[in-house]
Amino acid sequence: MILVAVGVFVIGIGFSVLWSFTSSKLFPTYDFVGLAQYRRLWADSRWLVSVNNIWFFGLMSITCNMVFGYLLAVFMDQRIRQEDLFRSIFLYPFAMSLIVTGLVWQWVLDPNLGLQAALRNLGWSSFSFAPLVDAETAIYALVVAGIWQGSGVTMAILLAGLRGIDEDIWKAAKVDGIPTWRTHLSIVAPMMKGAFATAFVLQCVSVVRVYDLVIAMTGGGPGIATSMPAVYVIQLITVRQNVGQGMAAATMMLLPVLVVLAFSGILLWRRNREVGV
Amino acid sequence: MRYKILTPALAATAALQFAGPAAATDLEVIHWWTSKGESAAVSQFAKAFDNDGHGDKWVDSAIALGETARSTVMQRVLGGDPPGAAQFNPGRQYEELISGGKLLDLTDVATAGKWDEVIRPKAIGSACLVDGHWWCVPVNIHSNYWAWYSKPVFEKAGVPEPKNLADFIAAAPKIKESGAIPFAIGGDGNGWQIQLLFQDMVTEALGVAKRDEMYTKKSAEIAGGAEMKGVFTQLRSLKQFTDNGYANRNWNDTTNLVITGKAGLQVMGDWARGEFAAAGMTGVKDFGCMIGLNEEKPVVSTDGDIILFFKQNNPDVEAAQKRLAALLISPEVQVAFNNAKGSMPVRGDVDMSTADPCMQKSLKAVEDPANIVTATNRFITENTNQQINELVAQFFADDSMTADDATAKFSTIIGNSD
Repeated sequence: MILVAVGVFVIGIGFSVLWSFTSSKLFPTYDFVGLAQYRRLWADSRWLVSVNNIWFFGLMSITCNMVFGYLLAVFMDQRIRQEDLFRSIFLYPFAMSLIVTGLVWQWVLDPNLGLQAALRNLGWSSFSFAPLVDAETAIYALVVAGIWQGSGVTMAILLAGLRGIDEDIWKAAKVDGIPTWRTHLSIVAPMMKGAFATAFVLQCVSVVRVYDLVIAMTGGGPGIATSMPAVYVIQLITVRQNVGQGMAAATMMLLPVLVVLAFSGILLWRRNREVGV
Repeated sequence: MRYKILTPALAATAALQFAGPAAATDLEVIHWWTSKGESAAVSQFAKAFDNDGHGDKWVDSAIALGETARSTVMQRVLGGDPPGAAQFNPGRQYEELISGGKLLDLTDVATAGKWDEVIRPKAIGSACLVDGHWWCVPVNIHSNYWAWYSKPVFEKAGVPEPKNLADFIAAAPKIKESGAIPFAIGGDGNGWQIQLLFQDMVTEALGVAKRDEMYTKKSAEIAGGAEMKGVFTQLRSLKQFTDNGYANRNWNDTTNLVITGKAGLQVMGDWARGEFAAAGMTGVKDFGCMIGLNEEKPVVSTDGDIILFFKQNNPDVEAAQKRLAALLISPEVQVAFNNAKGSMPVRGDVDMSTADPCMQKSLKAVEDPANIVTATNRFITENTNQQINELVAQFFADDSMTADDATAKFSTIIGNSD
């Protein structure tokens, strides 16, 4: 099982990297052209826009997801009534397919049939709210949808972490007269390192492979304003019939992941050396 | 003991399965004819094939949006499970399928049907005739050079019906005042509708000869010239007359805005005529059509649709594929299909007297070779095509991008195209 999984991944990644150095168009070939595909990739404005977008989308949605997720978890931890109901509501966006929720978002934000049309029909004729059709604001709409989708699962993970904190710690902090926010920030949060790390890694993964949300909500538009690396790769391979450049883009997507892996590997190694294992 | 009983039973089932296709052949056809007018047209193909007397069956696989349908076909071919047949546009989209040996050679069907004599103009046949072999069946001629407008909208705004694009731009502010959207366009599928408009404007601005030179010689100089900057400037001025719901709209919803009188004019290929017809409108009193963006210089492009047939390594299926190929180009099917679709038949020897005034215009124009514009897809690969899509869609969406920037980028794309 492990052999198959690793084999498929390594062989698949190996071929991606290999083909990124060829002039493959629709059918993969072995006509090597060196770094030409990478040069064309980094001269392509759509790729540059995609890279900018993923950084913006990633930073915004991860930060907001962690903050909202934690606040929601704290709120849920106040022994509120109907906790199960609220938990279902917050987790619901995560349970549904992004293609479905993305389409619903697109309809709600469509100026001709969504929120804007509804309010105008009610008589507020100057109301204007159409973020998806403006190249400047479409990416914000994606971020909001991403937060709506991702904060529920962050909440669930962090809530489990909060519940794992011993009651006595809260009592001790209270006896010492430490304000609640301070207890959260300086005592409880550091103790939940594991839960935070899990939530963070999950968020990062979902950002790198963000595809369905973009396809369902904007199709990468208006123009190319909300294109993302994964969308770009699929577009190049399937529609543009340019496998070589698509593979070059896929290899570029792999690089930051490798850097992070190497970084955490080094950290782990150094820590192990300090402990003397 | 049990196995002894089971074995003949299994053998019988297997034999039944193999006997199946010989009696009746199912042929899956992938296409993107999904709008109302288009599905009326494609059902003419299906009806004719189902009743061809051999018990064949048309298995319809309609996938919305051309680029999605084409990439599905490509993935199926690469995965070793090609459909029986698929719609493509004439051009370079399938050149690698031919060189890769994935297509069924239709030369014997073509010889029997005298395709090289009946198909006109020659440019339509040449999309399928490569190195002396026929690799596909052209089923219609579509011209991208059309604008469709709502007569009631122009009447209400009190402006005369347009004779060319400049007329329209001059009249657009009055249409806006009257409460209608002057210019209808959609931005779905990577902005192909915007490119269609753009290419029409390029031909108008450069003239046919210079445009052909730009694409065949990959001339970055012409692509970066003053005329091209003029095209981008005009494109920006058209944008202010659109509505803000354009971003993800498909072409037939856009046409519907003109049909329902919500918008004034749409630049779209003549497949839009099928939508007007399906809505029960006629070209005499309800809507107008402007050929070639300039009535005085009518042009017709050799765009359109072709059907590719994929190698199946099964003689029964191949026989059915060839039956379908012959059927698609037969006179009766051509008339029925093209009347519903709004396109011209690929053969000149059929009776199209029932066609509406708009199609009569193009039937007249197509007789003069000077009016024929080679489809852009013949010159450029899908890769270049999509790059141009992205550029014009970005320019159209992003008001901060200047015409100079866009012209420079266009020049780079053309210069680097292969």
